[in-house]
Amino acid sequence: MAAFEPWTRERGAEIIAGESGREGATLPILHALQDAFGYVHAEAIPMIAEVLNLTRAEVHGVVTFYHDFRREPPGRHVLRLCRAEACQSLGADTLAAHVRQRLGVDWHDTTADGAVTLEPVFCLGLCAVGPSAMLDGAPLGRLDNARIDAALERAR
Amino acid sequence: MTVHVYIPRDAAALALGADAVASLLRQAGDVEVVRTGSRGLFWLEPMVEVATDEGRIAYGPVTVADISGLLNAGMLEGRPHPLRLGRPEELPYLAKQTRLTFARCGIVDPLSLDDYRALGGLKGIACARKIGPVATIEMVTQSGLRGRGGAGFPTGIKWKTAADAKGERKFIVCNADEGDSGTFADRMLMEGDPFVLIEGMAIAGFAVGATKGYVYTRSEYPHAIATFNAALDVARREGVLGANFDIEQRVGAGAYVCGEETSLLDSLEGKRGQVRAKPPLPAHKGLFGMPTVINNVVSLASVPIILDRGAEFYREIGMGRSRGTMPIQLAGNIKYGGLFECGFGVTLGELVNDIGGGTLSGRPVRAVQVGGPLGAYFPPALFDTPFDYEAFAARDGLIGHGGIVVFDDTVDLAKQARFAMEFCAEESCGKCTPCRIGSVRGMEVIDRIVGGERVETNLDLLRDLCHTMKFGSLCALGGFIPYPVMSALEHFPEDFRPAHRDAAE
Repeated sequence: MAAFEPWTRERGAEIIAGESGREGATLPILHALQDAFGYVHAEAIPMIAEVLNLTRAEVHGVVTFYHDFRREPPGRHVLRLCRAEACQSLGADTLAAHVRQRLGVDWHDTTADGAVTLEPVFCLGLCAVGPSAMLDGAPLGRLDNARIDAALERAR
Repeated sequence: MTVHVYIPRDAAALALGADAVASLLRQAGDVEVVRTGSRGLFWLEPMVEVATDEGRIAYGPVTVADISGLLNAGMLEGRPHPLRLGRPEELPYLAKQTRLTFARCGIVDPLSLDDYRALGGLKGIACARKIGPVATIEMVTQSGLRGRGGAGFPTGIKWKTAADAKGERKFIVCNADEGDSGTFADRMLMEGDPFVLIEGMAIAGFAVGATKGYVYTRSEYPHAIATFNAALDVARREGVLGANFDIEQRVGAGAYVCGEETSLLDSLEGKRGQVRAKPPLPAHKGLFGMPTVINNVVSLASVPIILDRGAEFYREIGMGRSRGTMPIQLAGNIKYGGLFECGFGVTLGELVNDIGGGTLSGRPVRAVQVGGPLGAYFPPALFDTPFDYEAFAARDGLIGHGGIVVFDDTVDLAKQARFAMEFCAEESCGKCTPCRIGSVRGMEVIDRIVGGERVETNLDLLRDLCHTMKFGSLCALGGFIPYPVMSALEHFPEDFRPAHRDAAE
């Protein structure tokens, strides 16, 4: 997994400026910040508001509306496990229970050693090869307990 | 002599190890590996095709462990092996299809404009330029093409409304927020044949007088996003896009409701993805208040072949008011899962049993959910339903974006109904009360029913709540969530009776 750079206001301002010329720039800015730092730092919200001539409340409202935007740094690896119907039909619920127990975390949590963040996702478009997941952006299909354990082991 | 080997880089093929297979085959001598999209036969992925004198010969599913055996058996000359499938187009699953929108997917290098041209690409836009905007819209109308995102609205009428509307600027917006579980057609097309979407959008832009197109792609599709951005670069370099019409891709952020067209527009404008009241229609006042055509990926990607082959050619396929082909996606607990493009009218039973081969688990099929999280659960008793917008509506269901999710006899439909409400509660944009509050109350009522608490009273309450949500919600999220809930209740009532549940355990 690409290591994220630590948040600084200077880098944040640079990234915000880089995207702010687009029409409706809020989402592109938030994505760019999260791609760089792994999350959207609270300090970025007034900075975005200033540049886009919006209120802080408006920007805060956008950040919190979308499931993707994290407000805390993730672990070194991010596992997005599909919870939607097609994967349910092949035992995604049982798989999710296994993963949560193995990692000792619930949804949206990061393991105590900072290695893995577990996030739910509702469909990765891998519905004919479920149960599916994405580990650090790499798609995984036909998962069972052993296959997900092996993938997590390789990532550690 | 260099042997050409074709290996998909479709995300589903990658999920089954296609990258490792590709890197091993690159080291297998004088081999040129071409990465393609997927043909959509996912139980055979990774499917490797070798160019031979008798055409391409497929092998699959190929794992890393199979490679040395395959090479020793003479795979690079197309020789026999237990994994040899023969010519892919002769496989029954492909031979039975009518591939129009997906004609090139899985065959071409997705980023080669030469490949695209060689297989009929850019003929549609050439025809549009020759006949002019008015005739182009007329041809799309005459083809009978309806919105493939799920709503089924006639595409030509939408285009004409936007063309007739006045505005300083006009936009073409492509909805690639394919959030329905059980669907992956948009993803496959953007990864496997992105130029057909670009061409479709360019035709739409020419027809309605728009200068800018946006594609709103869900963030859960990083491979589609990357391929499509690369294709946009190629299209600009080769002059397919430019000063007259350009396209920008924007990425969603995990909100299912942004697949609803008006909340998608708000999201593109940089706001919370909340649903707008209609009217005004997006065709009159859409993105940034300007006339906007908003179509699904498959709708737009079906336009080039209509322009190329003519409205008559397209409308002769299909049934009733559903004309042309639909890329149907067979998903979930199914033996032969994948993409099956065919004319409307094929029955649900043919799709699930004959083409799909029944369940992957080998157990009996108990239910199928058609059309994503907002679609109804149908029992095998309704398998005679033809795949057609109206036929599904007549049975209180919908075809949606064409996804079919199969469940075996271990499924608990009360649990699925509760999940529908939970999903709606999680994904509601919050603007209207029936959806925002109703979904939470729906979960609670189903919990009470399942817990055996005043079951009949609570079932009545659930029906009443679904009625309110169906008719009182602002958009299809709250408005259609009653479909999975009520169909589960109607067709599988035994799952909601605690007595039966106890007896079954």
